[in-house]
Parts: sequence; structure tokens; C-alpha cells
Amino acid sequence: MKTETLARLRAARAGRQSVARVMALDGSVDAVVEDGDGPLPETVLELARAALKQNRSYDFEHEGARWFVQAFNPPLRLVVVGAVHISQPLIRMAESLGYDVTLVDPRSAFATAARFPGVTISDEWPDDALETLDVDGRTAVVTLTHDPKLDDPALHVALRSEAFYIGALGSRRTHEKRAERLAGAGFDEAAISRIHAPIGLDLGGRAPAEIALAIAAQMTEALYR
Amino acid sequence: MADAAVGEAGAILERAAAWAEAGKGVALATVVKTWGSSPRAIGSQLVVNDTGAFEGSVSGGCIEGAVVMEARRTIEDGEPRLLNFGVSDEEAWDVGLACGGSIEVFVEKLI
Repeated sequence: MKTETLARLRAARAGRQSVARVMALDGSVDAVVEDGDGPLPETVLELARAALKQNRSYDFEHEGARWFVQAFNPPLRLVVVGAVHISQPLIRMAESLGYDVTLVDPRSAFATAARFPGVTISDEWPDDALETLDVDGRTAVVTLTHDPKLDDPALHVALRSEAFYIGALGSRRTHEKRAERLAGAGFDEAAISRIHAPIGLDLGGRAPAEIALAIAAQMTEALYR
Repeated sequence: MADAAVGEAGAILERAAAWAEAGKGVALATVVKTWGSSPRAIGSQLVVNDTGAFEGSVSGGCIEGAVVMEARRTIEDGEPRLLNFGVSDEEAWDVGLACGGSIEVFVEKLI
């Protein structure tokens, strides 16, 4: 790998840009492809685009030579709204699944470094925080405050984004009321149905860590299915 | 590639850059092909420096020693290498692919 390739891969990562690395296995080609474009054979570029979409690598032959294309997609992100008990295990699980996590809670008594050591905390109001984070298609948004004043603004921004997962804590009845408020705010049924609520796969557990696991599992399912 | 591996890929790039900055020779090993059941998906990576220190994985753990050895050769002579591990179940066991899988690993120097 050329030092230049390494620098470009790191820069793409820092800038949340999707790039593919393309190499010939005899060492003769070492290139980074952005947006599926570059001075390479079309067959190779096509596989580079497929690799990015599927977030995987491809090994293939082209004109008698062996090639390899590897996706370097930006890291997954999780935005957790609400520095509540469930957030503690959820953040730990998400980190081990490779997510960059931001915890959003403007209530200073909740979002303390003592309760969430080492976690990136935003004390902005949730809609401002989500706007700042620029939620994209590799971001999951989870609202856990149980307080519409905090959850709803976050959901408004999430529903207007390409977030691959949106989940909101609360019972079926809570969600019915939430759906009514969102409809009143102009969101249609298709938008509202993007919200996973009640949140998490139905694993049966009630403890905070068990609910966190159900959420993390549902996020993983949403990512791949 | 599992997405947990996306986070891991970042750690490998950062480690490679840090070692290069510290003046160490660095090689990167990447799983480019797998047959049968294999513990790590293609694209899994391992970064090695000239002292033999490494980070990441290309298997469940047992072929890492052999890969690190070959990677140190690549750091010395600059030549990329394509390594094959595991053929029969029995041999697979010997190199640590207990599941009977077989993998190909591409080793290249950071230049």
C-alpha cells in the first residue's frame, strides 16, 4: 500500500466519505476510487460501486490478472437521545459493534461524565444536536427520554434524514399518541412507519441491558435486511 | 463484511499510520479469498510492523503467527506475497483453521 493510499483512506474516513480501494494482487495497481469513478476498467469500477453498496470486498479476475476491491465506508454512528439507564448498556454494546456514539441530553443532571465516562455528550436541544451531526444513511437514531419535548424534535430531524434506523422507546399507546403528534406536524404515514416502536426486537427481557440488547439487535437487522 | 469490521478497519489504518510516522516498517495483510467455512470474512486485515507487533486478525487466531512472519519478510524485501492456508481438514487443523476452511492472504508493504 502506498503511503498516499493510506492517507486518502484515512481522510475519507474522517470526512465520512465512502471510498473503495482497488488493487491488483501482483502489486501493480493500488488505487482509491471515489463515487465509483476513476481511471480504471469499467468492470473494475462496477465492482467498486457494488462493494460500497454492499459494504463488502470482492475478489475477481480481470484480463487474466487477479484483483481485489475493498469497501471503506464511514463508520456507523448512533445518536442516543436521553441519558437514561438503558443508554448505558446500549452505548457499550454499540461501541463494540463499531458505532461512533453521541449521547444527546440537554438535562445536565442526566448527561454527566460520571454516568457516561468517555462518551461524546451533546447538551444541545435534540433537534439542534441532530442537525449539527448531519444524520446520514449510516446513522441510527434512538430516542429514550419518554418525554415528547425531547424525543419529538429529534424524531422530526431523523424522519427528514436518511437514517437507516429510527427507534423510539415507549409503549404501543405512547406510540399511538406520538404518531398523532407527528401526523399533526405534517409527517405522513410512510414517514411515521419508519419509527421502530415499541423499540427493539421482542426478546422478552425487561432489564435495561436486555432492552439495550433488543435495540442493538434490531439496529443490526435494519442494517442488513 | 460485518459492520463491526468497519470500526476495526479504521483502527488498522490508524495503527499503520502511527507506526509509519514513528519510522517503523509496516506491512498490511488482507484476506482476499476464502473457501469453505472460514473464521473471518474477506477484507479482514492485520497490520504488522518490523518488530513483529501486530493488530487485527485474518483468522480465528492461529495463522496470525505465520502471516506475521511472512509480513516481516515483505517489510524487508518490499515484495508483495499471496499466502495460502489450509487445504484438507487435517492441514487446516495444523495451521489453525479448525473449521476446515481455507483462506488466501495478500501481504503488502506500506511504501
